[in-house]
Amino acid sequence: MEKVLKASHFNKYFSEPDRFQVLKDVSFEVNKGEFLAIVGKSGCGKSTLLYLLSTMDTDYEGSLEINGQKLTGKSQDYLSKFRNEHLGFVFQFHFLLPEFTTLQNVMLPALKLGKYSEKEVEHRAYEKLKMIGMADHAKKLSSKLSGGQQQRVAIARALINDPTIVMGDEPTGNLDRTNTGIVFDIFREIARENHQTIIAVTHDPDFAAGSDRVIEMSDGMIISSHEN
Amino acid sequence: MNLRITTQIARTHLMAKKRQTLVAMLGVTFGIAMFITMISFMQGVNQFLEDSALDASPHVRMYNEVNTQRPALIEQLNPGDSAFNVIYHQKPKEQLSRLKNGLLIARRIEKEPGVLGVSPQLSTQVFYNNGPIQISGTVAGVDIERENRLYNLKSRLKSGTLNALRSNPNGLIMGSVLARKLNVRAGDKVSVTTPTGGTMILRVVGTFSFGIGTVDNTKSYANLSTVQEILQKDASYVTDIHIKMFDPLLAIPLGKKLRAIYGYYTEDWATANSAILAGEKIRNVMTFVVSMTLLVVAGFGIYNIMNMNVINKIKDIAILKATGFEGKDIVMIFLFQAIFIGLLGGLMGLLIGFILSYLLSITPFNAGDFLSIKTFPVIFDSKYYVMGILFGLITTVLAGYFPSRKAAKVDPVSILRG
Repeated sequence: MEKVLKASHFNKYFSEPDRFQVLKDVSFEVNKGEFLAIVGKSGCGKSTLLYLLSTMDTDYEGSLEINGQKLTGKSQDYLSKFRNEHLGFVFQFHFLLPEFTTLQNVMLPALKLGKYSEKEVEHRAYEKLKMIGMADHAKKLSSKLSGGQQQRVAIARALINDPTIVMGDEPTGNLDRTNTGIVFDIFREIARENHQTIIAVTHDPDFAAGSDRVIEMSDGMIISSHEN
Repeated sequence: MNLRITTQIARTHLMAKKRQTLVAMLGVTFGIAMFITMISFMQGVNQFLEDSALDASPHVRMYNEVNTQRPALIEQLNPGDSAFNVIYHQKPKEQLSRLKNGLLIARRIEKEPGVLGVSPQLSTQVFYNNGPIQISGTVAGVDIERENRLYNLKSRLKSGTLNALRSNPNGLIMGSVLARKLNVRAGDKVSVTTPTGGTMILRVVGTFSFGIGTVDNTKSYANLSTVQEILQKDASYVTDIHIKMFDPLLAIPLGKKLRAIYGYYTEDWATANSAILAGEKIRNVMTFVVSMTLLVVAGFGIYNIMNMNVINKIKDIAILKATGFEGKDIVMIFLFQAIFIGLLGGLMGLLIGFILSYLLSITPFNAGDFLSIKTFPVIFDSKYYVMGILFGLITTVLAGYFPSRKAAKVDPVSILRG
């Protein structure tokens, strides 16, 4: 199996209010096309781990490799470009830009990437919206959408640049059962059909149960890793 | 860096908060409008005062400075602190204020390059009497044709003609305010008495107005020979030579040169009007201080609004960074907003500034007899408008840059984790 992500010997400290070790020598690997769920109680360090993997948090010990590229110690600008091209994010509180339309929200990362012309980007954005069943709402302001709809648009945005890995921080944490189902199905599908890797931090046992592999964390350490 | 996408985001932000954008813009607009109005008006006042002062005064005036103080003979013979000399009530030495060969000097100066005209004249203090009214003033004995060349007297006549003075040996062209105070008009007679006791009845053949109180209130023109006659002097007796140049700036070196050649005291316009020039400098400084203050206040307004904007948009900034926007993209997004506010607000400021200065320039202003203006003096000069828009842009860019940099430094992790 091809490895897309290698995390080795992650140590992370919070210095406020007191020096406190959040992650203790965490190492694991993720396969291409794998749907990975990270579970654990609040404060176990699973979100912290995800943000280290996301390359946004660079204050850690250890080394991170994604797609065969070593990312530890790279500049912020380099990491921004890397995220833009290789990573997609879905957060608990959707975080769409409220002044923009659904379509514009999805298009933004692709316009930033600048790989395709604006026409092509728009076409691709429509396709992603169709895939998640939001094409009808393309021209609406994103602030006018419901929470579940916004979360689906956020997924479309995460997928627009065909990233290697899609990361989710409690992607269904704020959604009702129906919307949770929809989001889960979309994740399942992109992992299976497009062979994109999913790494999601979740509290939801059903969500975790549906994934390929579950990593359970406690007190900053991986205590178990089992395949479903 | 992708300018297209960053400007698009900036535009969307601006359009989404139209009222806030407008308020920020109005700050700049007000600052620049006031800057334009103030500087146009102040420069107008400066120009007006300078013009009126220069119009009525020579660029160079040559005269014999009478120095009546002299050391006593005994002090010359027995000088020093140790000497014990006591002199009471020493009489000043009689000295004439004439320019020797004044008429000849005048003809020579006329041949100097850059000289517009030279007018030798004999000026004396007099009392004007008309019945019970007694007013002190001055009479300048001139060659009216030459004087006209210097001061364009023809255009300043309120009544009568210059020819009337030439054809009437006892004629007098009088300052308009002086004539009104004496209750005389063209054709009336007035008695003129000199400090040395000479008296003569002269006929007013015209009145003039320079629009400057100190001239119109006191001065009259008579023929040179007439004044020489009242003072009982010979036909070559002149006390002053007035010189006008084509370029006023050349007057200063010419004055020094003439002084070296002829040994008489020369005074150029810049020295004579140093009060006006000092006032001009003070007004300039004041204008800039007030304008800068306004712009700085406007700048702080923008700074505040941009800061609020960054705080309000902190989640958006985090998400943009998470999806791959770099720090400089974020700076551009917010800086572009500031520049847009500065540019549009500035342009509006220029327009309003222009309208305000135009309104000021047509506002009636009654300055009385002292100044010959009907409305406020205002200068319209594109230079000030360029300055205004540049200042506006610089302030807004500075005011926008710091919040933008703050935005670029937002740590997405701390925001996204909530």
